[in-house]
Amino acid sequence: MKFLKLSLLLLCLYACKEEAGDAAQSDDLEVYDFNGLEPLLNQNDDKTYVVNFWATWCAPCIKELPYFEQLNRDYKEKNVEVLLVSLDFPRQYDKKLKPYIKDKNLQSRVVALNDPDMNTWIPKVNEDWTGAIPATIIYNSSGRKFYEKSFTYEELVNELRTFIEN
Amino acid sequence: MKTLKQIVLLAAVVLMASAFTNSTDNPGYDIGDVATDFKLKNIDGKMVSMANYTDAKGFIVIFTCNTCPYAVKYEDRIIELDKKYADKGYPVIAIMPNDTEIKPGDSFENMQKRAKAKGFTFPYLIDEGQEIYPQYGATKTPHVYLLEKSKQGNVVRYIGAIDDNYQDAAAVKVKYVENAVDALLAGKEVPETKTRAIGCSIKVK
Repeated sequence: MKFLKLSLLLLCLYACKEEAGDAAQSDDLEVYDFNGLEPLLNQNDDKTYVVNFWATWCAPCIKELPYFEQLNRDYKEKNVEVLLVSLDFPRQYDKKLKPYIKDKNLQSRVVALNDPDMNTWIPKVNEDWTGAIPATIIYNSSGRKFYEKSFTYEELVNELRTFIEN
Repeated sequence: MKTLKQIVLLAAVVLMASAFTNSTDNPGYDIGDVATDFKLKNIDGKMVSMANYTDAKGFIVIFTCNTCPYAVKYEDRIIELDKKYADKGYPVIAIMPNDTEIKPGDSFENMQKRAKAKGFTFPYLIDEGQEIYPQYGATKTPHVYLLEKSKQGNVVRYIGAIDDNYQDAAAVKVKYVENAVDALLAGKEVPETKTRAIGCSIKVK
């Protein structure tokens, strides 16, 4: 009986925690301020992460987005994970961002960054970032590089290879 | 000896190549540099240079455009800056740096329309040859360069964002550009000379 009570308590705690976690999200979209996002830019495991800052209104971002999707597909087996960080405005999440994710059937993990105090967090992403998007970080446990530029698929693969063949 | 020469030559080539391929290398002005004047076409068809402003103490030069959502968010605040500071000697000069074939929404005609619709009180110039923005080192819209007139020329005193909240003008805590102009007007040091904000990359072919 004691065990059952404890189990129920644990179950409740677990369920409550889940609910709290969901509350921070906007339906199915993960939304973070910079403090919430920062751990995703500094994961210390055996994977290589490719993090792309983009927005649905940013034409060069939309142009290169399929390359990041392709990279996520082609290099999954090599322990590479793509993270797409959307800088869409919050009121566009429902109108633009979520429909875009669905229509394009994006397979990479998408999170939204909602943190208007950009002068505080931009230098924390990279000291050299002037703030233009698209911008990309590639990192793993042995290195990190930042790019304030657009990519072709070939350029992206070439950069990634300098990380996974080390 | 021949091989040594070849090695040195090769090393030099590699070094030079790496110097030119650094993607984050962004030349352009830093605080204290003298900014170049320009002669660019305004929406009324007339050419505008900073040299035309004999009475100005300096300039709030803003690279901006019609099509970038961040630039649009700041339109009203740019108008307010001009209204507040033009009479005090620091007029706004807006420059549209994008290639208009890539961004037809930023064409000269569309610039004229937007300026009229919003009631811009300041020149809205087109950087037709895209030769001015790279000299400044602008990378995105909106991107502000606050210049102070001196005997040496127009000296860069502030580079960066307009304020610290693009989403909501009412929630702004720090007005970077206003603080910088106020400091110059009071003969003081600019409190924060460089800030950063997300913006739309300047469109080039």
